[in-house]
Amino acid sequence: MALPTIPIIPSSGGCSAGSCGSSATQMSGMSDDIRRRVQDHPCYSEEAHHHFARMHAAVAPACNIQCHYCNRKYDCANESRPGVVSELLTPDQAIKKTLAVAAAIPQMSVLGIAGPGDPLANPERTFATFRALAEKAPDIKLCVSTNGLALPEHVEELAKHNIDHVTITINCLDPEVGAKIYPWIFWKNKRIFGKEAAAILIEQQQKGLEMLVAKGVLVKVNSVMIPGVNDEHLKEVSKVVKAKGAFLHNVMPLIAEAEHGTFYGVMGQRSPSPEELKNLQDACEGDMNMMRHCRQCRADAVGLLGEDRGAEFTMDKVEAMNFDEDFLAEAMARRVALRDKVAAEREAKHAKAHAPQLPGQAVITLHRPQKSALAGRPVLMAVAAKGGLINEHFGHAREFLVYEVTATGAKLIGHRKTELYCSGDDSCGEAESVLSRTLRALAGCEVVLCSKIGYEPWGKLEAAGIQPNGEHPMEEIEPACIAVWHEMLKAGKLAPKTESKVA
Amino acid sequence: MALEIVESCVNCWACEPLCPSKAIVEAKPHFLIVADKCTECLGDFADPQCATICPIEGAIVNELNEALNPAGSLTGIPPARWAQVQREISAR
Ligand code: SF4
Ligand code: SF4
Repeated sequence: MALPTIPIIPSSGGCSAGSCGSSATQMSGMSDDIRRRVQDHPCYSEEAHHHFARMHAAVAPACNIQCHYCNRKYDCANESRPGVVSELLTPDQAIKKTLAVAAAIPQMSVLGIAGPGDPLANPERTFATFRALAEKAPDIKLCVSTNGLALPEHVEELAKHNIDHVTITINCLDPEVGAKIYPWIFWKNKRIFGKEAAAILIEQQQKGLEMLVAKGVLVKVNSVMIPGVNDEHLKEVSKVVKAKGAFLHNVMPLIAEAEHGTFYGVMGQRSPSPEELKNLQDACEGDMNMMRHCRQCRADAVGLLGEDRGAEFTMDKVEAMNFDEDFLAEAMARRVALRDKVAAEREAKHAKAHAPQLPGQAVITLHRPQKSALAGRPVLMAVAAKGGLINEHFGHAREFLVYEVTATGAKLIGHRKTELYCSGDDSCGEAESVLSRTLRALAGCEVVLCSKIGYEPWGKLEAAGIQPNGEHPMEEIEPACIAVWHEMLKAGKLAPKTESKVA
Repeated sequence: MALEIVESCVNCWACEPLCPSKAIVEAKPHFLIVADKCTECLGDFADPQCATICPIEGAIVNELNEALNPAGSLTGIPPARWAQVQREISAR
Protein backbone atom coordinates (compact mmCIF):
# COMPACT_ATOMS: atom_id res chain seq x y z
CA MET A 1 0.00 0.00 0.00
CA ALA A 2 1.40 3.37 -0.98
CA LEU A 3 1.52 5.76 1.90
CA PRO A 4 -0.38 8.96 1.18
CA THR A 5 1.46 12.17 1.91
CA ILE A 6 0.34 15.13 3.95
CA PRO A 7 0.34 18.18 1.70
CA ILE A 8 3.14 20.48 2.70
CA ILE A 9 1.74 23.58 4.31
CA PRO A 10 3.91 26.67 4.14
CA SER A 11 4.52 27.75 7.70
CA SER A 12 4.94 31.44 6.91
CA GLY A 13 2.56 33.65 4.97
CA GLY A 14 0.24 32.01 2.44
CA CYS A 15 -2.20 29.71 4.11
CA SER A 16 -4.13 30.93 7.06
CA ALA A 17 -7.40 29.23 6.31
CA GLY A 18 -8.99 27.53 9.27
CA SER A 19 -9.11 24.11 7.74
CA CYS A 20 -5.38 23.67 7.89
CA GLY A 21 -4.23 26.17 10.47
CA SER A 22 -3.81 23.89 13.43
CA SER A 23 -2.08 21.10 11.56
CA ALA A 24 0.30 23.61 10.11
CA THR A 25 1.27 24.74 13.57
CA GLN A 26 1.81 21.29 14.85
CA MET A 27 3.47 19.74 11.86
CA SER A 28 5.74 22.65 10.95
CA GLY A 29 9.32 21.92 11.80
CA MET A 30 8.92 18.21 11.13
CA SER A 31 10.76 16.60 8.28
CA ASP A 32 8.65 15.13 5.48
CA ASP A 33 9.67 11.67 6.59
CA ILE A 34 8.38 12.24 10.13
CA ARG A 35 5.20 13.83 8.83
CA ARG A 36 4.53 10.75 6.78
CA ARG A 37 5.19 8.46 9.70
CA VAL A 38 2.93 10.21 12.19
CA GLN A 39 0.03 11.20 10.00
CA ASP A 40 -2.16 8.21 10.90
CA HIS A 41 -1.21 8.22 14.54
CA PRO A 42 -4.04 9.44 16.79
CA CYS A 43 -1.67 10.37 19.60
CA TYR A 44 0.84 12.28 17.50
CA SER A 45 -1.10 13.92 14.73
CA GLU A 46 -3.70 16.44 15.68
CA GLU A 47 -5.56 15.78 12.46
CA ALA A 48 -5.36 11.98 12.64
CA HIS A 49 -6.86 11.80 16.09
CA HIS A 50 -10.25 12.71 14.63
CA HIS A 51 -10.18 9.65 12.38
CA PHE A 52 -8.09 6.89 13.91
CA ALA A 53 -8.17 4.78 17.03
CA ARG A 54 -5.58 3.42 19.36
CA MET A 55 -5.60 0.99 22.22
CA HIS A 56 -3.27 0.24 25.05
CA ALA A 57 -2.69 -3.29 26.24
CA ALA A 58 -2.00 -3.68 29.94
CA VAL A 59 0.63 -6.43 29.86
CA ALA A 60 3.41 -4.79 31.85
CA PRO A 61 2.65 -4.77 35.58
CA ALA A 62 6.12 -4.39 37.12
CA CYS A 63 7.93 -1.11 37.55
CA ASN A 64 11.54 -0.27 38.30
CA ILE A 65 11.09 3.23 39.71
CA GLN A 66 8.67 5.14 41.92
CA CYS A 67 7.23 8.50 40.88
CA HIS A 68 5.57 10.82 43.36
CA TYR A 69 2.49 11.14 41.12
CA CYS A 70 1.86 7.40 41.00
CA ASN A 71 0.40 5.03 43.56
CA ARG A 72 1.00 1.36 42.81
CA LYS A 73 -1.71 0.32 45.24
CA TYR A 74 -4.91 1.70 43.82
CA ASP A 75 -6.91 0.50 40.90
CA CYS A 76 -10.21 2.31 41.06
CA ALA A 77 -12.85 1.57 38.42
CA ASN A 78 -13.86 5.24 38.38
CA GLU A 79 -10.37 6.27 37.51
CA SER A 80 -9.11 7.35 34.18
CA ARG A 81 -5.69 8.57 35.13
CA PRO A 82 -2.79 7.40 32.98
CA GLY A 83 -1.13 4.25 34.21
CA VAL A 84 -4.24 3.00 35.97
CA VAL A 85 -5.90 -0.12 34.60
CA SER A 86 -8.33 -2.70 35.84
CA GLU A 87 -7.48 -5.74 33.78
CA LEU A 88 -3.93 -7.09 33.61
CA LEU A 89 -3.47 -9.20 30.49
CA THR A 90 -1.05 -11.99 29.65
CA PRO A 91 0.74 -11.44 26.33
CA ASP A 92 -1.50 -14.08 24.77
CA GLN A 93 -4.65 -12.30 25.97
CA ALA A 94 -3.31 -8.93 24.83
CA ILE A 95 -2.65 -10.30 21.34
CA LYS A 96 -6.20 -11.69 21.08
CA LYS A 97 -7.78 -8.54 22.44
CA THR A 98 -5.86 -6.35 20.02
CA LEU A 99 -6.87 -8.53 17.07
CA ALA A 100 -10.51 -8.50 18.21
CA VAL A 101 -10.59 -4.72 18.56
CA ALA A 102 -8.81 -4.21 15.25
CA ALA A 103 -11.36 -6.46 13.56
CA ALA A 104 -14.37 -4.65 15.08
CA ILE A 105 -13.03 -1.10 14.74
CA PRO A 106 -11.37 -0.57 11.35
CA GLN A 107 -10.10 2.85 12.52
CA MET A 108 -7.74 0.99 14.85
CA SER A 109 -4.20 1.90 13.84
CA VAL A 110 -2.02 1.90 16.95
CA LEU A 111 -1.31 -0.55 19.75
CA GLY A 112 0.63 0.85 22.65
CA ILE A 113 2.08 -0.72 25.75
CA ALA A 114 2.39 1.79 28.53
CA GLY A 115 1.82 0.00 31.78
CA PRO A 116 0.47 -0.25 34.38
CA GLY A 117 4.17 -0.54 35.25
CA ASP A 118 7.02 0.11 32.85
CA PRO A 119 7.01 -1.92 29.60
CA LEU A 120 10.79 -2.26 29.63
CA ALA A 121 10.78 -3.51 33.22
CA ASN A 122 8.72 -6.40 31.76
CA PRO A 123 10.68 -7.06 28.58
CA GLU A 124 9.54 -10.66 28.01
CA ARG A 125 5.85 -9.81 28.23
CA THR A 126 6.18 -6.63 26.18
CA PHE A 127 8.25 -8.10 23.38
CA ALA A 128 6.19 -11.32 23.18
CA THR A 129 3.13 -9.12 22.51
CA PHE A 130 4.87 -6.99 19.89
CA ARG A 131 6.40 -9.99 18.11
CA ALA A 132 3.06 -11.75 17.62
CA LEU A 133 1.22 -8.61 16.52
CA ALA A 134 3.89 -7.63 14.01
CA GLU A 135 3.23 -10.99 12.42
CA LYS A 136 -0.58 -11.20 12.66
CA ALA A 137 -1.54 -7.55 12.03
CA PRO A 138 1.46 -5.99 10.30
CA ASP A 139 -0.48 -2.81 9.46
CA ILE A 140 -0.92 -1.89 13.14
CA LYS A 141 1.66 0.54 14.45
CA LEU A 142 3.34 -0.52 17.65
CA CYS A 143 4.48 1.91 20.27
CA VAL A 144 5.82 1.84 23.76
CA SER A 145 5.98 4.35 26.57
CA THR A 146 8.72 4.14 29.17
CA ASN A 147 10.33 5.93 32.09
CA GLY A 148 13.66 5.33 30.32
CA LEU A 149 15.58 3.58 33.08
CA ALA A 150 15.94 0.31 31.15
CA LEU A 151 15.84 1.94 27.72
CA PRO A 152 19.50 1.80 26.59
CA GLU A 153 19.70 -1.98 27.05
CA HIS A 154 16.55 -2.49 24.94
CA VAL A 155 17.13 -0.11 22.05
CA GLU A 156 18.55 -2.87 19.87
CA GLU A 157 15.54 -5.12 20.48
CA LEU A 158 13.05 -2.28 19.95
CA ALA A 159 14.59 -1.46 16.58
CA LYS A 160 14.55 -5.15 15.64
CA HIS A 161 10.79 -5.45 16.20
CA ASN A 162 10.25 -2.47 14.01
CA ILE A 163 8.66 -0.44 16.77
CA ASP A 164 8.93 3.03 15.37
CA HIS A 165 7.33 5.10 18.12
CA VAL A 166 8.76 5.36 21.62
CA THR A 167 7.54 7.79 24.28
CA ILE A 168 9.91 8.64 27.12
CA THR A 169 8.62 10.43 30.19
CA ILE A 170 11.29 13.00 31.02
CA ASN A 171 10.47 15.34 33.88
CA CYS A 172 13.89 16.84 34.53
CA LEU A 173 17.56 17.08 33.60
CA ASP A 174 18.76 18.18 37.03
CA PRO A 175 19.10 15.50 39.75
CA GLU A 176 18.18 18.12 42.39
CA VAL A 177 14.81 18.51 40.70
CA GLY A 178 14.59 14.76 40.05
CA ALA A 179 15.00 13.95 43.73
CA LYS A 180 11.72 15.82 44.36
CA ILE A 181 9.90 13.69 41.77
CA TYR A 182 11.41 10.21 42.10
CA PRO A 183 11.94 8.80 45.60
CA TRP A 184 13.79 5.66 44.43
CA ILE A 185 14.82 3.45 41.53
CA PHE A 186 15.73 -0.24 41.33
CA TRP A 187 19.15 -0.38 39.71
CA LYS A 188 21.62 -3.23 39.38
CA ASN A 189 20.00 -5.30 42.15
CA LYS A 190 19.85 -2.42 44.62
CA ARG A 191 17.24 0.13 45.63
CA ILE A 192 18.76 3.60 45.25
CA PHE A 193 17.21 6.72 46.76
CA GLY A 194 17.25 10.48 46.29
CA LYS A 195 19.59 12.51 44.11
CA GLU A 196 21.79 9.54 43.27
CA ALA A 197 18.76 7.68 41.93
CA ALA A 198 17.57 10.68 39.92
CA ALA A 199 21.03 11.15 38.40
CA ILE A 200 21.11 7.56 37.12
CA LEU A 201 17.56 7.78 35.76
CA ILE A 202 18.28 11.06 33.96
CA GLU A 203 21.48 9.68 32.43
CA GLN A 204 19.68 6.56 31.18
CA GLN A 205 16.80 8.61 29.71
CA GLN A 206 19.13 10.91 27.79
CA LYS A 207 21.27 8.01 26.58
CA GLY A 208 18.17 6.11 25.47
CA LEU A 209 16.84 9.16 23.61
CA GLU A 210 20.13 9.60 21.76
CA MET A 211 20.39 5.90 20.87
CA LEU A 212 16.83 5.74 19.53
CA VAL A 213 17.27 8.83 17.39
CA ALA A 214 20.53 7.39 16.03
CA LYS A 215 18.58 4.26 15.02
CA GLY A 216 15.89 6.30 13.26
CA VAL A 217 13.18 5.46 15.81
CA LEU A 218 10.64 8.26 16.40
CA VAL A 219 10.81 9.58 19.95
CA LYS A 220 8.18 11.64 21.72
CA VAL A 221 8.87 13.12 25.14
CA ASN A 222 6.18 13.40 27.80
CA SER A 223 6.64 15.68 30.79
CA VAL A 224 4.43 16.10 33.83
CA MET A 225 4.15 19.74 34.87
CA ILE A 226 4.47 19.96 38.67
CA PRO A 227 4.04 23.57 39.88
CA GLY A 228 6.96 24.73 41.99
CA VAL A 229 8.95 21.57 41.26
CA ASN A 230 9.78 21.40 37.55
CA ASP A 231 7.56 23.98 35.80
CA GLU A 232 10.35 26.46 34.99
CA HIS A 233 12.82 23.64 34.41
CA LEU A 234 10.66 22.08 31.68
CA LYS A 235 11.53 24.94 29.31
CA GLU A 236 15.14 23.74 29.45
CA VAL A 237 14.01 20.10 29.08
CA SER A 238 12.09 21.09 25.96
CA LYS A 239 15.15 22.71 24.38
CA VAL A 240 17.47 19.82 25.15
CA VAL A 241 15.21 16.99 23.99
CA LYS A 242 14.46 18.84 20.77
CA ALA A 243 18.17 19.39 20.16
CA LYS A 244 18.69 15.66 20.61
CA GLY A 245 16.05 14.85 18.02
CA ALA A 246 12.75 14.19 19.83
CA PHE A 247 9.97 15.12 17.40
CA LEU A 248 7.22 16.06 19.85
CA HIS A 249 7.11 17.27 23.41
CA ASN A 250 3.91 16.75 25.35
CA VAL A 251 3.57 18.71 28.57
CA MET A 252 0.81 17.23 30.72
CA PRO A 253 -0.62 18.63 33.93
CA LEU A 254 0.02 16.85 37.22
CA ILE A 255 -3.11 15.13 38.50
CA ALA A 256 -2.99 15.03 42.28
CA GLU A 257 -5.87 14.41 44.68
CA ALA A 258 -5.52 13.18 48.25
CA GLU A 259 -7.83 10.23 47.54
CA HIS A 260 -5.43 8.90 44.91
CA GLY A 261 -2.98 8.13 47.69
CA THR A 262 0.01 9.45 45.76
CA PHE A 263 2.81 11.35 47.50
CA TYR A 264 1.82 14.57 45.78
CA GLY A 265 -1.88 14.05 46.44
CA VAL A 266 -1.41 13.28 50.12
CA MET A 267 1.18 16.00 50.72
CA GLY A 268 -1.03 18.66 49.14
CA GLN A 269 1.04 19.39 46.01
CA ARG A 270 -1.29 21.33 43.73
CA SER A 271 -1.97 20.71 40.05
CA PRO A 272 -1.41 23.48 37.48
CA SER A 273 -4.38 25.58 36.36
CA PRO A 274 -5.36 25.37 32.67
CA GLU A 275 -3.83 28.85 32.21
CA GLU A 276 -0.52 27.86 33.79
CA LEU A 277 -0.39 24.78 31.59
CA LYS A 278 -1.10 26.81 28.47
CA ASN A 279 1.52 29.41 29.37
CA LEU A 280 4.17 26.74 29.79
CA GLN A 281 3.13 25.03 26.56
CA ASP A 282 3.33 28.42 24.78
CA ALA A 283 6.78 29.04 26.25
CA CYS A 284 7.98 25.65 25.00
CA GLU A 285 6.34 25.94 21.60
CA GLY A 286 9.04 28.26 20.26
CA ASP A 287 11.51 25.44 20.24
CA MET A 288 9.36 22.39 19.88
CA ASN A 289 6.42 20.77 18.21
CA MET A 290 3.98 20.76 21.06
CA MET A 291 1.14 18.33 21.38
CA ARG A 292 -2.02 19.93 22.72
CA HIS A 293 -4.64 17.27 22.24
CA CYS A 294 -3.30 14.54 24.54
CA ARG A 295 -6.15 13.14 26.65
CA GLN A 296 -3.98 11.42 29.26
CA CYS A 297 -6.06 8.37 28.55
CA ARG A 298 -6.40 5.32 30.73
CA ALA A 299 -3.72 2.75 29.95
CA ASP A 300 -6.33 0.21 28.80
CA ALA A 301 -8.48 2.64 26.85
CA VAL A 302 -9.93 1.35 23.64
CA GLY A 303 -11.33 3.53 20.92
CA LEU A 304 -10.99 6.95 19.47
CA LEU A 305 -9.20 9.35 21.77
CA GLY A 306 -11.61 10.69 24.34
CA GLU A 307 -14.03 7.81 24.07
CA ASP A 308 -13.45 4.56 25.88
CA ARG A 309 -15.03 1.41 24.47
CA GLY A 310 -13.07 -0.95 26.70
CA ALA A 311 -16.19 -2.53 28.19
CA GLU A 312 -17.12 -4.02 24.78
CA PHE A 313 -13.95 -6.10 24.74
CA THR A 314 -13.65 -7.81 28.09
CA MET A 315 -11.48 -10.92 28.13
CA ASP A 316 -14.35 -13.41 28.36
CA LYS A 317 -15.91 -11.94 25.21
CA VAL A 318 -12.55 -11.96 23.42
CA GLU A 319 -11.59 -15.51 24.45
CA ALA A 320 -14.77 -16.77 22.79
CA MET A 321 -13.68 -15.43 19.40
CA ASN A 322 -11.90 -17.39 16.72
CA PHE A 323 -9.04 -15.81 14.79
CA ASP A 324 -8.27 -17.85 11.69
CA GLU A 325 -6.21 -16.55 8.82
CA ASP A 326 -9.16 -15.49 6.68
CA PHE A 327 -10.65 -13.55 9.55
CA LEU A 328 -7.38 -11.71 10.16
CA ALA A 329 -6.84 -10.98 6.47
CA GLU A 330 -10.37 -9.60 6.02
CA ALA A 331 -10.05 -7.41 9.09
CA MET A 332 -6.78 -6.01 7.84
CA ALA A 333 -8.24 -5.32 4.41
CA ARG A 334 -11.06 -3.31 6.01
CA ARG A 335 -8.56 -1.23 7.96
CA VAL A 336 -6.39 -0.55 4.95
CA ALA A 337 -9.42 0.45 2.84
CA LEU A 338 -10.62 2.85 5.52
CA ARG A 339 -7.19 4.44 5.84
CA ASP A 340 -7.00 4.92 2.07
CA LYS A 341 -10.43 6.53 2.05
CA VAL A 342 -9.59 8.94 4.88
CA ALA A 343 -6.28 9.81 3.22
CA ALA A 344 -8.10 10.63 -0.02
CA GLU A 345 -10.64 12.80 1.80
CA ARG A 346 -7.93 14.62 3.67
CA GLU A 347 -6.00 15.23 0.51
CA ALA A 348 -9.10 16.60 -1.21
CA LYS A 349 -9.79 18.89 1.74
CA HIS A 350 -6.27 20.25 1.76
CA ALA A 351 -6.34 20.72 -2.00
CA LYS A 352 -9.53 22.76 -1.62
CA ALA A 353 -8.10 24.86 1.16
CA HIS A 354 -5.10 25.70 -0.98
CA ALA A 355 -6.93 26.20 -4.27
CA PRO A 356 -6.54 29.64 -5.85
CA GLN A 357 -9.51 31.87 -5.11
CA LEU A 358 -11.99 32.32 -7.91
CA PRO A 359 -12.48 35.90 -9.05
CA GLY A 360 -15.26 37.60 -7.13
CA GLN A 361 -15.04 35.20 -4.20
CA ALA A 362 -14.55 36.87 -0.87
CA VAL A 363 -11.04 36.60 0.49
CA ILE A 364 -11.30 36.94 4.20
CA THR A 365 -8.13 35.89 5.87
CA LEU A 366 -5.61 35.11 3.21
CA HIS A 367 -3.74 38.36 2.90
CA ARG A 368 -1.63 40.05 5.51
CA PRO A 369 -2.95 43.62 5.05
CA GLN A 370 -6.46 42.40 5.77
CA LYS A 371 -5.25 40.53 8.79
CA SER A 372 -4.07 43.69 10.44
CA ALA A 373 -7.38 45.35 9.59
CA LEU A 374 -9.05 42.60 11.60
CA ALA A 375 -7.33 43.49 14.82
CA GLY A 376 -9.59 41.56 17.15
CA ARG A 377 -8.14 39.89 20.21
CA PRO A 378 -7.79 36.10 20.48
CA VAL A 379 -10.81 34.28 21.91
CA LEU A 380 -10.86 30.87 23.59
CA MET A 381 -13.74 28.71 22.42
CA ALA A 382 -14.75 25.36 23.86
CA VAL A 383 -16.19 22.88 21.38
CA ALA A 384 -18.26 19.74 22.05
CA ALA A 385 -17.18 17.57 19.14
CA LYS A 386 -16.19 14.14 18.00
CA GLY A 387 -14.45 13.19 14.78
CA GLY A 388 -13.82 16.83 13.83
CA LEU A 389 -17.52 17.83 13.73
CA ILE A 390 -19.55 19.86 16.23
CA ASN A 391 -21.91 17.01 16.96
CA GLU A 392 -22.28 16.72 20.71
CA HIS A 393 -25.03 17.90 23.00
CA PHE A 394 -23.62 20.18 25.70
CA GLY A 395 -24.90 17.97 28.47
CA HIS A 396 -23.48 14.80 26.96
CA ALA A 397 -19.98 16.06 26.31
CA ARG A 398 -17.42 14.41 28.53
CA GLU A 399 -14.76 16.77 27.33
CA PHE A 400 -14.43 19.97 25.34
CA LEU A 401 -11.76 20.83 22.81
CA VAL A 402 -10.42 24.32 23.39
CA TYR A 403 -9.46 26.44 20.40
CA GLU A 404 -7.71 29.77 20.39
CA VAL A 405 -9.35 31.72 17.60
CA THR A 406 -7.77 34.79 16.00
CA ALA A 407 -8.00 36.59 12.69
CA THR A 408 -5.52 34.11 11.28
CA GLY A 409 -7.33 30.91 12.20
CA ALA A 410 -8.39 28.50 14.92
CA LYS A 411 -5.73 26.59 16.78
CA LEU A 412 -6.37 23.65 19.06
CA ILE A 413 -4.67 24.41 22.37
CA GLY A 414 -6.02 21.74 24.63
CA HIS A 415 -9.02 19.96 26.02
CA ARG A 416 -10.98 20.17 29.24
CA LYS A 417 -12.61 17.21 30.90
CA THR A 418 -16.02 17.70 32.41
CA GLU A 419 -15.70 14.73 34.71
CA LEU A 420 -12.59 15.18 36.76
CA TYR A 421 -11.18 11.68 36.27
CA CYS A 422 -13.78 10.18 38.53
CA SER A 423 -17.54 10.05 38.19
CA GLY A 424 -18.05 11.82 41.49
CA ASP A 425 -20.63 9.42 42.90
CA ASP A 426 -20.75 8.28 46.50
CA SER A 427 -17.34 6.60 46.29
CA CYS A 428 -15.67 10.00 46.14
CA GLY A 429 -17.01 12.48 48.66
CA GLU A 430 -17.65 15.39 46.27
CA ALA A 431 -21.30 16.19 45.81
CA GLU A 432 -20.69 19.00 43.34
CA SER A 433 -23.05 19.03 40.41
CA VAL A 434 -21.75 18.09 37.01
CA LEU A 435 -22.88 21.42 35.60
CA SER A 436 -20.96 23.54 38.09
CA ARG A 437 -17.89 21.39 37.52
CA THR A 438 -18.27 21.86 33.79
CA LEU A 439 -18.49 25.61 34.28
CA ARG A 440 -15.28 25.53 36.26
CA ALA A 441 -13.58 23.39 33.63
CA LEU A 442 -14.48 25.97 30.99
CA ALA A 443 -12.91 28.90 32.84
CA GLY A 444 -11.27 31.32 30.43
CA CYS A 445 -13.43 30.31 27.44
CA GLU A 446 -15.80 32.94 26.05
CA VAL A 447 -17.87 30.75 23.75
CA VAL A 448 -19.08 27.15 23.84
CA LEU A 449 -20.00 25.53 20.55
CA CYS A 450 -22.16 22.42 20.71
CA SER A 451 -24.89 20.76 18.65
CA LYS A 452 -27.60 21.48 21.22
CA ILE A 453 -27.91 22.84 24.71
CA GLY A 454 -30.63 22.83 27.34
CA TYR A 455 -32.36 25.89 28.82
CA GLU A 456 -30.83 25.64 32.30
CA PRO A 457 -27.19 25.29 31.27
CA TRP A 458 -27.71 28.08 28.70
CA GLY A 459 -28.64 30.51 31.45
CA LYS A 460 -25.85 29.38 33.75
CA LEU A 461 -23.25 29.66 31.00
CA GLU A 462 -24.39 33.17 30.12
CA ALA A 463 -24.31 34.13 33.78
CA ALA A 464 -20.72 32.88 33.91
CA GLY A 465 -19.79 35.06 30.93
CA ILE A 466 -19.62 32.19 28.44
CA GLN A 467 -21.74 32.53 25.32
CA PRO A 468 -23.40 29.24 24.32
CA ASN A 469 -23.66 28.72 20.57
CA GLY A 470 -25.71 25.96 18.95
CA GLU A 471 -25.81 27.50 15.50
CA HIS A 472 -23.20 25.29 13.86
CA PRO A 473 -24.38 21.72 14.46
CA MET A 474 -22.59 19.05 12.39
CA GLU A 475 -20.21 21.62 10.94
CA GLU A 476 -16.45 21.32 10.89
CA ILE A 477 -14.87 22.81 13.98
CA GLU A 478 -12.38 25.29 12.62
CA PRO A 479 -14.51 27.10 10.01
CA ALA A 480 -17.33 27.35 12.57
CA CYS A 481 -15.03 28.85 15.21
CA ILE A 482 -13.73 31.36 12.70
CA ALA A 483 -17.27 32.31 11.67
CA VAL A 484 -18.21 32.91 15.30
CA TRP A 485 -15.07 34.98 15.82
CA HIS A 486 -16.00 37.19 12.85
CA GLU A 487 -19.53 37.65 14.22
CA MET A 488 -18.02 38.75 17.54
CA LEU A 489 -15.72 41.12 15.71
CA LYS A 490 -18.63 42.65 13.79
CA ALA A 491 -20.59 43.02 17.01
CA GLY A 492 -17.69 44.99 18.47
CA LYS A 493 -16.93 42.38 21.12
CA LEU A 494 -13.29 41.93 20.26
CA ALA A 495 -11.68 45.16 21.35
CA PRO A 496 -8.64 44.46 23.49
CA LYS A 497 -9.94 43.50 26.92
CA THR A 498 -7.83 45.84 29.03
CA GLU A 499 -6.99 49.50 28.51
CA SER A 500 -9.35 49.64 25.55
CA LYS A 501 -10.24 53.25 26.35
CA VAL A 502 -6.62 54.39 26.32
CA ALA A 503 -5.91 52.68 23.01
CA MET B 1 14.99 -18.54 57.23
CA ALA B 2 12.70 -17.09 54.67
CA LEU B 3 10.80 -13.98 53.79
CA GLU B 4 7.02 -13.90 53.40
CA ILE B 5 4.65 -11.98 51.14
CA VAL B 6 1.53 -10.80 52.97
CA GLU B 7 -1.89 -9.50 51.94
CA SER B 8 -0.93 -5.94 51.01
CA CYS B 9 0.88 -7.35 47.91
CA VAL B 10 -0.71 -5.93 44.74
CA ASN B 11 0.43 -8.76 42.42
CA CYS B 12 2.63 -6.51 40.34
CA TRP B 13 5.05 -9.28 39.26
CA ALA B 14 8.12 -7.17 39.93
CA CYS B 15 9.69 -9.59 42.41
CA GLU B 16 9.02 -12.88 40.65
CA PRO B 17 11.62 -12.80 37.85
CA LEU B 18 14.34 -11.51 40.19
CA CYS B 19 14.34 -14.36 42.71
CA PRO B 20 17.57 -16.37 42.39
CA SER B 21 15.94 -19.36 44.10
CA LYS B 22 12.72 -19.44 42.06
CA ALA B 23 10.92 -19.25 45.39
CA ILE B 24 8.20 -16.78 44.34
CA VAL B 25 4.96 -18.07 42.86
CA GLU B 26 1.94 -16.33 41.42
CA ALA B 27 -1.07 -17.16 43.58
CA LYS B 28 -4.51 -15.84 44.55
CA PRO B 29 -5.25 -13.57 46.32
CA HIS B 30 -1.57 -12.58 46.20
CA PHE B 31 1.93 -13.80 45.34
CA LEU B 32 3.65 -16.18 47.75
CA ILE B 33 7.18 -17.15 48.73
CA VAL B 34 7.77 -20.89 49.08
CA ALA B 35 9.46 -20.86 52.47
CA ASP B 36 11.79 -23.81 52.03
CA LYS B 37 13.14 -22.45 48.74
CA CYS B 38 13.83 -18.89 49.92
CA THR B 39 17.45 -18.28 50.89
CA GLU B 40 16.92 -14.56 51.61
CA CYS B 41 19.26 -14.22 48.64
CA LEU B 42 22.31 -15.14 50.75
CA GLY B 43 25.25 -15.90 48.52
CA ASP B 44 23.55 -14.39 45.47
CA PHE B 45 22.89 -10.73 46.33
CA ALA B 46 23.69 -8.33 49.11
CA ASP B 47 20.00 -7.39 49.43
CA PRO B 48 16.97 -9.70 49.24
CA GLN B 49 15.82 -9.01 45.70
CA CYS B 50 12.06 -9.27 46.21
CA ALA B 51 12.07 -6.70 49.01
CA THR B 52 14.46 -4.49 47.07
CA ILE B 53 12.12 -3.97 44.12
CA CYS B 54 8.72 -4.35 45.83
CA PRO B 55 6.89 -0.99 45.62
CA ILE B 56 4.45 -1.71 48.44
CA GLU B 57 5.35 -0.88 52.01
CA GLY B 58 4.69 -3.78 54.36
CA ALA B 59 4.07 -6.39 51.63
CA ILE B 60 7.19 -8.44 52.46
CA VAL B 61 8.05 -9.42 56.04
CA ASN B 62 10.77 -11.47 57.74
CA GLU B 63 10.37 -14.33 60.18
CA LEU B 64 9.80 -11.88 63.03
CA ASN B 65 6.94 -10.40 61.02
CA GLU B 66 8.84 -7.14 60.56
CA ALA B 67 8.24 -5.29 57.30
CA LEU B 68 11.38 -5.02 55.19
CA ASN B 69 9.95 -1.79 53.78
CA PRO B 70 8.16 -0.10 56.68
CA ALA B 71 5.48 2.57 56.28
CA GLY B 72 6.83 5.77 54.78
CA SER B 73 10.12 4.21 53.63
CA LEU B 74 9.17 3.95 49.93
CA THR B 75 6.56 6.63 49.27
CA GLY B 76 8.14 9.25 51.52
CA ILE B 77 4.70 9.96 52.99
CA PRO B 78 5.03 10.30 56.79
CA PRO B 79 2.63 7.76 58.39
CA ALA B 80 1.06 10.49 60.57
CA ARG B 81 0.23 12.57 57.50
CA TRP B 82 -1.25 9.53 55.76
CA ALA B 83 -3.48 8.79 58.77
CA GLN B 84 -4.64 12.41 58.89
CA VAL B 85 -5.55 12.43 55.19
CA GLN B 86 -7.45 9.15 55.57
CA ARG B 87 -9.48 10.72 58.40
CA GLU B 88 -10.19 13.84 56.34
CA ILE B 89 -11.39 11.79 53.38
CA SER B 90 -13.73 9.62 55.42
CA ALA B 91 -15.13 12.69 57.22
CA ARG B 92 -16.31 14.26 53.94
S1 SF4 C 1 14.52 -13.12 49.57
FE1 SF4 C 1 15.58 -13.68 47.68
S2 SF4 C 1 15.37 -15.91 47.66
FE2 SF4 C 1 13.84 -15.19 49.11
S3 SF4 C 1 11.98 -14.95 47.87
FE3 SF4 C 1 13.01 -12.96 47.94
S4 SF4 C 1 14.21 -12.95 46.08
FE4 SF4 C 1 13.69 -15.09 46.45
S1 SF4 D 1 6.86 -6.94 44.20
FE1 SF4 D 1 5.68 -6.76 46.10
S2 SF4 D 1 3.63 -6.14 45.44
FE2 SF4 D 1 4.72 -6.86 43.62
S3 SF4 D 1 4.12 -9.01 43.45
FE3 SF4 D 1 6.04 -8.95 44.60
S4 SF4 D 1 5.40 -8.86 46.75
FE4 SF4 D 1 3.61 -8.36 45.54
